[in-house]
Amino acid sequence: MISEILKKYEPKKENLLSILHDVQESSGKNYVSTESVLEIGKFLGMTRSEINGVMTFYTMLSEEPRGKYIIRICVSAPCHVAGSVSVKEELKKVLGIDVGETTGDGLFTLEESACLGVCDIAPAMMVGKDVYGGLDGHKIKKIISEYRSRK
Amino acid sequence: MNTSDKKARIVLENAGRIDPLSIKEYMNSGGYEALKKALSMQSSAVVDEVKRSGLRGRGGAGFPTGLKWSFTAPLQGQKYILCNADEGEPGTFKDRLVMEGDPHKLIEGMIIAGYAIGASEGFIYIRGEYYASIEKIEKAIAAAEAEGLLCEKVLGKEFAFKLSVRKGAGAYVCGEETALIESMEGKRGNPRVKPPFPGVSGLWGRPTVVNNVETLANIPYIIKNGADAFRKIGTEKSPGTKVFLLSGKVKEPKAIEAPMGTTLRQLIYDLGGGLAGGIKFKCALVGGAAGAFLGEDMLDVPMDYDNLLAKGAVLGSGVVMVLSEKEEVMPVLKNLMEFFVHESCGQCAPCRTGNKMILDLLGRIEAGKIAAEKGFEMILKAASTMKETSLCALGQSPILPISSALKYYSRELTIK
Repeated sequence: MISEILKKYEPKKENLLSILHDVQESSGKNYVSTESVLEIGKFLGMTRSEINGVMTFYTMLSEEPRGKYIIRICVSAPCHVAGSVSVKEELKKVLGIDVGETTGDGLFTLEESACLGVCDIAPAMMVGKDVYGGLDGHKIKKIISEYRSRK
Repeated sequence: MNTSDKKARIVLENAGRIDPLSIKEYMNSGGYEALKKALSMQSSAVVDEVKRSGLRGRGGAGFPTGLKWSFTAPLQGQKYILCNADEGEPGTFKDRLVMEGDPHKLIEGMIIAGYAIGASEGFIYIRGEYYASIEKIEKAIAAAEAEGLLCEKVLGKEFAFKLSVRKGAGAYVCGEETALIESMEGKRGNPRVKPPFPGVSGLWGRPTVVNNVETLANIPYIIKNGADAFRKIGTEKSPGTKVFLLSGKVKEPKAIEAPMGTTLRQLIYDLGGGLAGGIKFKCALVGGAAGAFLGEDMLDVPMDYDNLLAKGAVLGSGVVMVLSEKEEVMPVLKNLMEFFVHESCGQCAPCRTGNKMILDLLGRIEAGKIAAEKGFEMILKAASTMKETSLCALGQSPILPISSALKYYSRELTIK
């Protein structure tokens, strides 16, 4: 499955994060399966626990299947001051899930981000690779329904 | 000082003005001329020019860039130049503007830095969430390769240099230079014990200079126009400009490049349009999550490394997050502590448990379960222990925002 990805890289430990990113992106479920971890380990000469140690350190990486789109709601201080708490509540309501959970249709996983680096348009969030700012309840409903109709 | 002076734009000079993906447009506006000039100089002369410019690290620490380079330049063997683009300090978005708006400026700065310190390879470590930055930088690197700017003989000279991108994966602590190096080596981003400093033993144990994006984006200007021209901008001990990051309750949250020494008042009122809704100013968190809350009495302090330090504050990454009289300080403080709890790598016990303890105490003070005076006494004791005993800046940070927020919190209590 992931041999095509591994072909792009030299078997060096320094390539671990890049490989994990690629494998995760190609999984369709934004995660790196145990089988993939074992295969990557064989390729780089690393144990499963070593790779697990790295994966659990970084918030973007997951060993559990997640939604097609990761929604990252920014909870940084500037977004907090701009109302991110109520935006997060609104998101939970619209999606029907809590932070860390995935919607039943497998489309969205809701996560928090320490700072997305878009403080000039706070409160902000990312859906997949796209950034949305100046959020309020109305805007959130519109964005989410657009993604729902996209599938 | 005329802060809207166009000459005061160095780092963001081209951002929003040229097509960031057109190397031709960058060259037409004088791009890569500094590289040509640098390659016609002795590498030691390039280091000296940067030293003479007085440029200081824009990532937050303010260490003299030329001095940093001069430690690594004389060392033998394989060396690396590493760009820290793991921008994650809450309230900071300047490096993103450079990478998305003028990627070639960063690339030019890196090639010059590589030549100056004798590094044949460079890496730009970009935080994983910055998809647009990663894409633009990668495309710009490809364009620079096609122009013979990244190859075995850069511009036909006896200087080989290659450059590539490495992606972070969501960890604030990787902005700490030794954690960043660990992460680049494919490990957990736990900061290393210093010394040895990266300049002597960094990536794979080789001498490595780590510079912030904004720092490197100043290099082409300094080489092209000379250290004297650079020193004409800003203050005596902090020459040049700074990209300040205005957020919070201002009319126009935005990045503003202005000379070092610009005051908080000029930034908020003249350049940022004042507070949203015309509400009264209470204080601003200056420098980032690791910064200080500064009130009205600090509005006229020239903002540079030394002037702020003299007042017990820090310039940090240039964050200015404004709070109006309507916002209370306690929820912001709790938000900052939640951030530190989440981002502590867990390596040092004082940081790992101290941040949690402080957050818990703040909650208990807020809920009236412990007297504010007693609670803050315990918090300050914990925070100062963390400052003394943590390996990296993360554990050393909470003392400043907490101690500087105290007077506003006690005022809020009195009003209640």
